[in-house]
Amino acid sequence: MNEKTVNELELGEIGIVNKIVGEETIKRRLLDLGLIEGTDIKPVLVSPSGDPRAFEFRGSLIAIRKEDAENIKLK
Amino acid sequence: MSEKEKLAMEQKETKQKSTYTIALAGNPNVGKSTIFNNLTGMNQHTGNWTGKTVANATGYFEYRGEQYKIVDIPGTYSIMSHSEEEEIARNYICFGNPDATIVVVDATSLERNLNLVLQITEITNNLIVCVNLLDEAKKKKIKINLELLSNILKVPVVGVTARNKKTLNNLLKVIRNVCERKEQINPIYQIHYDEKIEKAIEEVREIISKQYKIEEKLARWMSIKVLDGEERILKEIEKQLHIQLMNNREIDKVKKEALEALKEEGIYQEEFKEKIVSTIVKDAEEIGKKVCKFENKDYANRDRKIDKILTSKKYGIPIMILFLLLIFWITIVGANYPSQFLFSLFGKIQEKLIEFATYIHCPEWLSNMLILGIYQTLTWVISVMLPPMAIFFPLFTILEDLGYLPRIAFNMDGFFKKACCSGKQMITMCMGFGCNSCGVTGCRIIDSPRERLIAILTNNLVPCNGRFPFLITIATIFIAGTIGGIGASVISTIAVMGVIILGIIMTLVISKILSKTILKGMPSSFVLELPPYRKPQFFKVLVRSIFDRTIFILGRAVAVAAPAGLVIWLFANIGIQGQSLLTIIANFLNPLANLMGLDGYILTAFILGIPANEIVLPIILMCYMQGTSLVNMEDTFAIGEILRQNGWTILTAINVMIFTVFHFPCATTLLTIKKETESWKWTAISFLIPTVCGIVLCMLTTLVYHVFVI
Repeated sequence: MNEKTVNELELGEIGIVNKIVGEETIKRRLLDLGLIEGTDIKPVLVSPSGDPRAFEFRGSLIAIRKEDAENIKLK
Repeated sequence: MSEKEKLAMEQKETKQKSTYTIALAGNPNVGKSTIFNNLTGMNQHTGNWTGKTVANATGYFEYRGEQYKIVDIPGTYSIMSHSEEEEIARNYICFGNPDATIVVVDATSLERNLNLVLQITEITNNLIVCVNLLDEAKKKKIKINLELLSNILKVPVVGVTARNKKTLNNLLKVIRNVCERKEQINPIYQIHYDEKIEKAIEEVREIISKQYKIEEKLARWMSIKVLDGEERILKEIEKQLHIQLMNNREIDKVKKEALEALKEEGIYQEEFKEKIVSTIVKDAEEIGKKVCKFENKDYANRDRKIDKILTSKKYGIPIMILFLLLIFWITIVGANYPSQFLFSLFGKIQEKLIEFATYIHCPEWLSNMLILGIYQTLTWVISVMLPPMAIFFPLFTILEDLGYLPRIAFNMDGFFKKACCSGKQMITMCMGFGCNSCGVTGCRIIDSPRERLIAILTNNLVPCNGRFPFLITIATIFIAGTIGGIGASVISTIAVMGVIILGIIMTLVISKILSKTILKGMPSSFVLELPPYRKPQFFKVLVRSIFDRTIFILGRAVAVAAPAGLVIWLFANIGIQGQSLLTIIANFLNPLANLMGLDGYILTAFILGIPANEIVLPIILMCYMQGTSLVNMEDTFAIGEILRQNGWTILTAINVMIFTVFHFPCATTLLTIKKETESWKWTAISFLIPTVCGIVLCMLTTLVYHVFVI
């Protein structure tokens, strides 16, 4: 599993979601927010301590921790 | 009959008569509660952050002669997963049999909101889509074609601006139409999955419909859940509808065949789930694209610019501290005047009461007990608690309405993650600065039960409004007192900040310890929406925060203050061999107090001050002055004199400040903790944690002081 994840995106860089992996609860949660294949996702903010980061997708701004964002694989 | 009783009676009557039941669903933070309040006139606080409604709130209203019961269900992004709120929401829509379900959607992010709408179209036909925040959308130049949306979904769509009560008239009309319509004439929108999946769903649905008499739509939805293997949902359906979907030989057989067929087509159960979810999201996206027109693509630019500053590495945390300091400052300074006014008002009434007692020849011990004991403590608590809360909460609510609180959680999450907790705990701590009892209630915003409990147990480690003035007085007298001038206020501010920061550090440390011991666990996922900034509604903020928080908390405090007043009075007035009970207890506590660098009277005052932290200092002064009722002193200098005469040193002052931050929660907070955790065990633990911290810390400073200084 060496696919690129959203964690590797620089601030302001847009990625396209390929797949959500990982444990059921978090996977479901991210899917529910609309993170399905083909969704554009863009990190726009970093918390002062470096983690979490806030991502813009489908018109909302959602803060996601690094561990959880690891599950968002990109194309 | 009082107004309140009348209202309660009316509500009871309405309840019995109400003809229709309506469920109010929607994503978090879309103004559901505002709509609920405007329809029912009830004061349920709405917040510009997620997860406010945790249980169903019920209200009633009348429209054109019909009674309606409206149930505000928790805000969720979806009703497919397993969080507590989602289950409550789903169960109500499925099994609560509402005559209509209103889904409130946010016009500024319609697409994401449609996801939930589509999920609900799978369960019920009696759907109303209510597009809220049209004013916000207009500002962001988003145009929504409501008619087209209604045509696509084949359900009524109403556009409203919930803050503006007038716009709700259309909604009322539509509610009435839907409720009074006896049958659904046209089938509403239906999601179409992949052909192969549709075939599987249909096969299972047929067998369910054959076995049970269930509406086709619901049977279809159940068959998706059967194929999906969603045990929790299935169990709930079985329980509610008294049917058997699992371990049902016929259904199992069809299910197995259908899944086999899907597998042959390359769709495994794992992907089945994903396909279902992504079909819905894609449908929502498609519909969203059709009905929304963005005339300004960069509508979020302004918000992003603000965010860049408020969450920046350099300024994020300092700005947060500044905001909080500003709020405290306004609260403390502003509360002074009304507090004084209330004091003198209650004082005058007290004089009259005493005159009256003498006039009716009331025995002196009785009138003293009632007036100097109960009345005085009661009015004292009101005078010192009401003004700061009436100032703090509106200010805090403005921050909340602006949408700043989720940013605080975002800024602080890193620290809390290290303590295996959620950044949202910081929001509850901020509320705790106002009132720990409110902070404890606020812990509902934390999803994970483990993290919520930790936040509840540690909330008291941040000092509330009731403890601030005491901290400031002591710091002014003993720490800054030797300097004088402007330097004094700076130093006392630093000293107060010092104990607060110590409180925050201890919160993190204790949270971490709890996470490693009695509340073991890893930090749960942290997914937090940072909603768009919104203009607060100042007047409503004022009314709401005073009614929902201040009055409510004050009520609880008063309930405890009256009996406590009696106890304090008895302790000060009943004596054995010339010594008051107070002195006897103080002498008993002296050895422990000395180890902590305090004296017995101080500890006794903290114990008797359990109804409200505000009366700790008055009790201390009462003890020192050998008085028999609470002592109010305005003059800081005079207070300092009395304290010094009774042996206070800089060490006593430091330890009193530490113990003020770290000691058992006040009675109101304890009651709230009991209510929130529904457990005496956790209430006891919440009592012990800060107390043990305080005792240990005070002993440490005393030890260090004696080793190094004297």
